Amino acid sequence: MNDRVAIIGIGATQFRSISPDVSYKELMFEAAVKAYEDVGINPRKDVDTFVTCAEDYIEGTSIFDEYVPDQLGAALKPMHTITGDGLHGIASAFLQIKTGRFDVAVVEAHCKPSNMLSPDGIEACGQDPIYNRPLKLNTHFIAGLEMNRFCYETGITFDQCAKVVIKNRKNALNNPIAGRSAKLTLDDFQYADGVSCPLTELDVAQPVDGAVVIVLASEAKAKALVKDPIWINGIGWCNGTPSLESRDWVHLDYVTKAAEMAYKMAKITDPRKDICFAEIDDRYSYKELQHMMALKLCCECGAGQCIDRGATEINSEFPVNPSGGALGMGYLYEATGLARLYSACEQLRGNAGKNQLKCAKTALVQGWRGLPTTSTVVAILSSQGGCNG
Amino acid sequence: MGNRVAIVGAGMTKFVRRAQETGKELSYHATKMALESCDMTLDQIDAVVLGTAPDTFDGVHMKGEYLSDGAGAWGKPYMRSYVGGGTGVFSVAQGWYHIASGLIDTCIVVCEEKMSSYRPHPQGAFLTIFDHTTERPLKPNLLWIFALEMNRYMHTYGLRKEDIALVAVKNKNNALDHPCAQIAKAVTVKDILNSEVLAWPVQRLDVSPVSDGAVALVLTNESIARRVTNKPVWVEGCGWALDTTYWTNRDLCYPRYVEEAARMAYKMAGVTDPRHQIHIAEPYDPFDYKELHHMEGLMLCGKGEAPQLTVDGVTQRDGELPTCPSGGLLGVGNPIAAAGLMKVAELFWQLRGEAGKRQVARKVRRGVAQAWGDLMQVGTVVVVGI
Amino acid sequence: MPKKKSKVKKQKSLKVTVTNPKTINSNFQFQGVGLSDDDLKKGKVLTTHWIGDTKYAWDQGVAIGKYLDGLKAGKILGVECHKCGRKMVPPRIFCEWCFKPIDNWVELLDTGTVNTFSLCYVTWDMQRVKKPLIPAVIEIDGASKGMGIMHLLSEVDPKKVHIGMKVKAVWKLEKEREGAITDILYWKPIK
Repeated sequence: MNDRVAIIGIGATQFRSISPDVSYKELMFEAAVKAYEDVGINPRKDVDTFVTCAEDYIEGTSIFDEYVPDQLGAALKPMHTITGDGLHGIASAFLQIKTGRFDVAVVEAHCKPSNMLSPDGIEACGQDPIYNRPLKLNTHFIAGLEMNRFCYETGITFDQCAKVVIKNRKNALNNPIAGRSAKLTLDDFQYADGVSCPLTELDVAQPVDGAVVIVLASEAKAKALVKDPIWINGIGWCNGTPSLESRDWVHLDYVTKAAEMAYKMAKITDPRKDICFAEIDDRYSYKELQHMMALKLCCECGAGQCIDRGATEINSEFPVNPSGGALGMGYLYEATGLARLYSACEQLRGNAGKNQLKCAKTALVQGWRGLPTTSTVVAILSSQGGCNG
Repeated sequence: MGNRVAIVGAGMTKFVRRAQETGKELSYHATKMALESCDMTLDQIDAVVLGTAPDTFDGVHMKGEYLSDGAGAWGKPYMRSYVGGGTGVFSVAQGWYHIASGLIDTCIVVCEEKMSSYRPHPQGAFLTIFDHTTERPLKPNLLWIFALEMNRYMHTYGLRKEDIALVAVKNKNNALDHPCAQIAKAVTVKDILNSEVLAWPVQRLDVSPVSDGAVALVLTNESIARRVTNKPVWVEGCGWALDTTYWTNRDLCYPRYVEEAARMAYKMAGVTDPRHQIHIAEPYDPFDYKELHHMEGLMLCGKGEAPQLTVDGVTQRDGELPTCPSGGLLGVGNPIAAAGLMKVAELFWQLRGEAGKRQVARKVRRGVAQAWGDLMQVGTVVVVGI
Repeated sequence: MPKKKSKVKKQKSLKVTVTNPKTINSNFQFQGVGLSDDDLKKGKVLTTHWIGDTKYAWDQGVAIGKYLDGLKAGKILGVECHKCGRKMVPPRIFCEWCFKPIDNWVELLDTGTVNTFSLCYVTWDMQRVKKPLIPAVIEIDGASKGMGIMHLLSEVDPKKVHIGMKVKAVWKLEKEREGAITDILYWKPIK
């Protein structure tokens, strides 16, 4: 078995609200070429296995993996689809490399929500057909229910949730590939349209088109190909219950379990101390706080106080989503986790421009598959040298 | 290289045209049976891997999440893989890499399909697998691509329908001994040739049916396998390959993607002479000609030679290379992903001498299962041995 | 390298005795209750129905966008890769074998050769038809050998269709063309 697994190449397109000039194949090709050039490989010769993360209903095509090999250079090579977040694809590639049979793996995810004319209808198809769909509710209702109960039990206020949005969309202003940057204030939330009370339009990350491609390698190959690989020190993934009726609306046990798996592998005992920053899922404003709690990233005062104090701002105590997260960069459905990973890698490499953190040696990346799922992946990455704390 | 991986238990539901059970319930029954077959419990399972084909059949987006509790994945690491029809056999490769990586010690592999939910007829769901711009406006039927491929295959090698029909006869008859079979029947070549022409050269009895069903396997690492059973079936090799989307730019007479996948699996398993080192085969047979097509792709014989092997009786249960002794998709049924896993389950039972009335005559030590999917595009191959 | 600590200890005790595997096939009761269409119609079981609201509009992008423009103008366009020398149709912006952008566009002919075909007596949703639809893969003249597209044949006796038959596209009238694959109505044999 290979010892460690590293990320050696990354590529992403601009994230934009529409991309009428390119098809999804051309979007994928752009991200792939960038990733391969980043590390200097030819996929036809140098890549052993490919993974793509996609869902048929999002694409509007069944058996979507039929349409992916060519633009990634994977024609007639080992390739499969994982119907999961892009980070599930990373987990799959990680496992494959650890078997010792594959040295270089490529993971891809993309999204073109601008091509979904009825996104609410499509998302509704994810609800349980017998127990939930007959209620004919917009799927966001699930986030509304959860946000309400979460805030009720934890004492976190809706304003604190709004501050997450303000922070992330402001961070995105300095992110050249972000698609949903904005300068907002708490006042704006007073006037925002309601989606599913207490959720407002501003609390929901808006979709964007984009593609991300990541190249991973075994330790030996990584050291041969690049000077500064980004090591995946730990990875964990876990599912909760798919049913709404039996889930805990406040404590995300499946996120805690996935994190425990990753922390154990990465030998992390005190996440807030051992990790420099985090790129986590913020599809809904309250989710960033809820995920922070489940990942044990909050200080003792709690996630709400953290955000009030500005503890999660850039270059503060524990930066969360310095890239802008999904709220600031845009929501990419299955590719959202890879966008977090891409952003974390840019930070770890010192390429985050105006958003560059002073301490960026160890990162936590987390993805969530979105409603109505309880499916998550957590990864711990580090650049050479480890963290100074 | 990597940990050795074994299959230690298997379970399946009946394959039926229209199951009363929901997809979750089908997954549950198969998983429960697989665990009971090796006296293991769900809390001894580290991870769950699920395979299931188009979400459109169920009308459930993110179907993998919906089925996860039925598959035993609550509170566990869970992933769904998807390569169309190739999923069934591929899911074993996915379970394999979970355990061979060293991170996971025990894994349930479940494949489930509930095609009957789609109305008025599941075939209609297949319209959406075609390219949305260059193909769908022509309103293609799934049968088209099989008929086009069958015609090209027959034309290239000068094959007759009579020879191809022998496969359907063999498999439907074999399935009479499978307790879960949906359409087992004692048919003759004449029955096949007299059946309704759907899309020439494809006739009704050349085709496997639409089905609901589920299959599950329990995979473990070597040390656990040896404590659970005295007959672990080792996953000796896995291979998979996805050809280009542009299927109209390829010659359909030969599935080169099956050969690529087979080479990868054989290399891992140390198989250098498949024809003699593979003792039993379960190639994917959604149509009768497909078994022949895939036997050639698996390099069990030369190109165009598979019909001869069938005519000579080599592929019968009492032949030298029993092929689809289960009854295959043509006899047992075709709940897409579950069908592929059924083939691996069959090899599991055959290698352990547990296939009951279906048990092949010769002693078998190593077998190959193969599935196919997408637009004549993906080959997934698993070599198992005891 | 130190061996990873086995997880076995944490699990509930596994049977240490090596048992003979159970033979599950002989009298085992497999689960799965089959229903007939009639059972559903007569309400023997409860059902729920859902018609999904799933609408999409796909951006065609550079390659297929130009292909469709060509079809509207009554032309079949392809692309060329100079590295492998292939002239490809349907067009794409990259050569999938060389993994590089394609070099130039080429105008192909609207004639071709039938690579394979079928006579189909059922529609996409399994309705029976008397007059067969004739789907075919047609290798386009001017493109590299084997470069085909899927389309339909018509104006031909089904019994006379054969692999190797030379065919020509029958186009919609110019004013009716939309920039779609259906701007070609069908292909018919060249006499």
